[in-house]
Amino acid sequence: MNTDRRFIVERWTRLSAAASVTAAVVLVFLAVAPFLFDANVVDSLTTLFIYLILAVMWNALAGYAGLVSVGQQAFFGLGAYFAIQLSYHGMSVYPALLLGAVIAGALSLPISVLMLRLRAGEFAIGMWVVAELAHLLVALDPIINGETGVSLIALNAYTADDRRAYNYWMTLAAMVVLLAAVFVLLRGRLGASVQAIRDDEDAAQSVGVRVLAAKRTIFFLAAFGCALAGSLWLATSISFQPRTYFGIQWTAYMIFMVLVGGLGTFEGPIIGGVIFFLIEYFFGQTGVWYLVGLGAVAIVFALFLPRGLWGSIEDRFGIRLLPVGYTLRLLRSDFYHGSHTAPPNDRLHDLTEPNDNVERT
Amino acid sequence: MTWVTQLLNGVLLGGYYALLACGLSFMFGVMRIINLAHGDLAILSACLVFLIADTTGISPFIALVAVLPVMGLVGWGLQRWMLERSLRAGVLVPLLTTFGLAIVIENGLFEYFGADTRSLAPYIGDFAYDSWEITSNVYVGSLAALIFALAVLLLGGLKLFLTYTPLGRAIRATAEDADTAALVGINARAVYAIAAAIAVATAGLAGIFLAMRAVFTPFSGPEQLIFAFEAVVIGGIGSLSGTLIGGIVLGVAQTLGAQINPQGFLITGHVVFLAVLAARLALGALRARGGIRGVFSRPS
Repeated sequence: MNTDRRFIVERWTRLSAAASVTAAVVLVFLAVAPFLFDANVVDSLTTLFIYLILAVMWNALAGYAGLVSVGQQAFFGLGAYFAIQLSYHGMSVYPALLLGAVIAGALSLPISVLMLRLRAGEFAIGMWVVAELAHLLVALDPIINGETGVSLIALNAYTADDRRAYNYWMTLAAMVVLLAAVFVLLRGRLGASVQAIRDDEDAAQSVGVRVLAAKRTIFFLAAFGCALAGSLWLATSISFQPRTYFGIQWTAYMIFMVLVGGLGTFEGPIIGGVIFFLIEYFFGQTGVWYLVGLGAVAIVFALFLPRGLWGSIEDRFGIRLLPVGYTLRLLRSDFYHGSHTAPPNDRLHDLTEPNDNVERT
Repeated sequence: MTWVTQLLNGVLLGGYYALLACGLSFMFGVMRIINLAHGDLAILSACLVFLIADTTGISPFIALVAVLPVMGLVGWGLQRWMLERSLRAGVLVPLLTTFGLAIVIENGLFEYFGADTRSLAPYIGDFAYDSWEITSNVYVGSLAALIFALAVLLLGGLKLFLTYTPLGRAIRATAEDADTAALVGINARAVYAIAAAIAVATAGLAGIFLAMRAVFTPFSGPEQLIFAFEAVVIGGIGSLSGTLIGGIVLGVAQTLGAQINPQGFLITGHVVFLAVLAARLALGALRARGGIRGVFSRPS
């Protein structure tokens, strides 16, 4: 072992600081977008933000906590359903959208008691069963009219232009808050815990990680985020049909976005979401072949580029735009020239045993 | 007497679920993979038999003999070109790739066959609705009975095959520890490919019988996967005889649930599945505290 500690563990690199400032500028720009662009652009951006929320939530679940769920559409549908219920019972419509998502998120806690005991594939299909059951039960509710569905008529109180702007701002705010929540959680203790669980659950437990509590936090966050995406989708499309909201295609989209962008990276799902949005924009009309293509691309990425586009760029160039992990910079100029960053997939080692990395690099 | 008939129908439906779940359980037992395309592979095989029966007029029972080896080959190829690589990348990647495959198969079948609901029942003549009278008012469908018998034979046969044949021993050894099995001269790659071929062929068999006893569309696969998975989990994962029991429990629950409400068929099945999970959890927690006695007796 090398006891000579000549390195700096750093979080903010010059690049990540610049990227963070850029992100802030883009956000300010996005906030005033409804005043600058026409209706089509605003609607498209709203759709894009919902996709980004879904991608980031699924990535938090699968990429960081190692929980591959094929049933997140359960929460997507339930968020929309509870919003309709609340609005039906007289609640003002925009608060109902938010509270609907909160209720669906809260429902994830009792569900987590059963589901988080399941491992890998069992968890995946177990969640699918939950989604199917939620679908069937929601369709039984008389106000939903079975598979025919129902519309969120309370939205008619607003003019089309107002509605578009409010939907846009609410979706933007939801996306920013959820991204920030994931960012903060992953930077903290929880981020290290869940990644340790993902890499080896038994080992994580043995070094004192509270496995179930950490998983439950991420599970809840992802459920709430997907539920909010569902209720926002309801705000933009107005109509609610159980089959559409509880459909498995949402999971297909989420997996595609995350795999293409980069599973287990912070920036990856954002890039994957944008790519998915563009693909849908240009090829969505081709219908079924488009879905065949999505499935095939997801397989290819899972097999040949498991860290996705962004993960590969990160690995290749050792850059990270947003400071989620740590980078290691060596100072021993007699052996090593310039700065060097540790491979990102060894982030955990950076946290726990920096010496190891010095020897390896 | 309708209740007795329903109960009997539920048990026989359980036979179908056991047939369907057999491949899923087997693949999980050997490779630790839950194949999310399992249901869609079953539907693929049903579509192939339908295509043969529809274009040539050959009986589905003969077409089946031709299609099953093809499904076996599909399973073999699946293992060689997709699962083998996925397995090396960790436990999550097989889930992602088989899910992607499910999407591809479903939508590919939809592209070719359209959304029409189909059935093989018109191609098997009287057999589709023949039934035997057990006592007055209690009837048993002959096709359902055949499927049940087939499920018992297949599960039993697979168990005997695994216990007594050299290949069965090789499969068990590889399932236990692939690296050690390779050390004693077993070709683990070949064993995995054979196991995948068996699993996919049995899924195909189940799909063909689904098409004979009911209707299907290109999008019926996910539902079949869920039923198979529920049967496997209710019966205890990894156990072939448990799969039969799990299938029967699921079939009976669904059939009785359908008596309560038209939607009750699916809902009851899912609820029973979740209840079994919850019960297993509660029992596990109880056992950790020293069983019922441990909970109630105070330490002295």
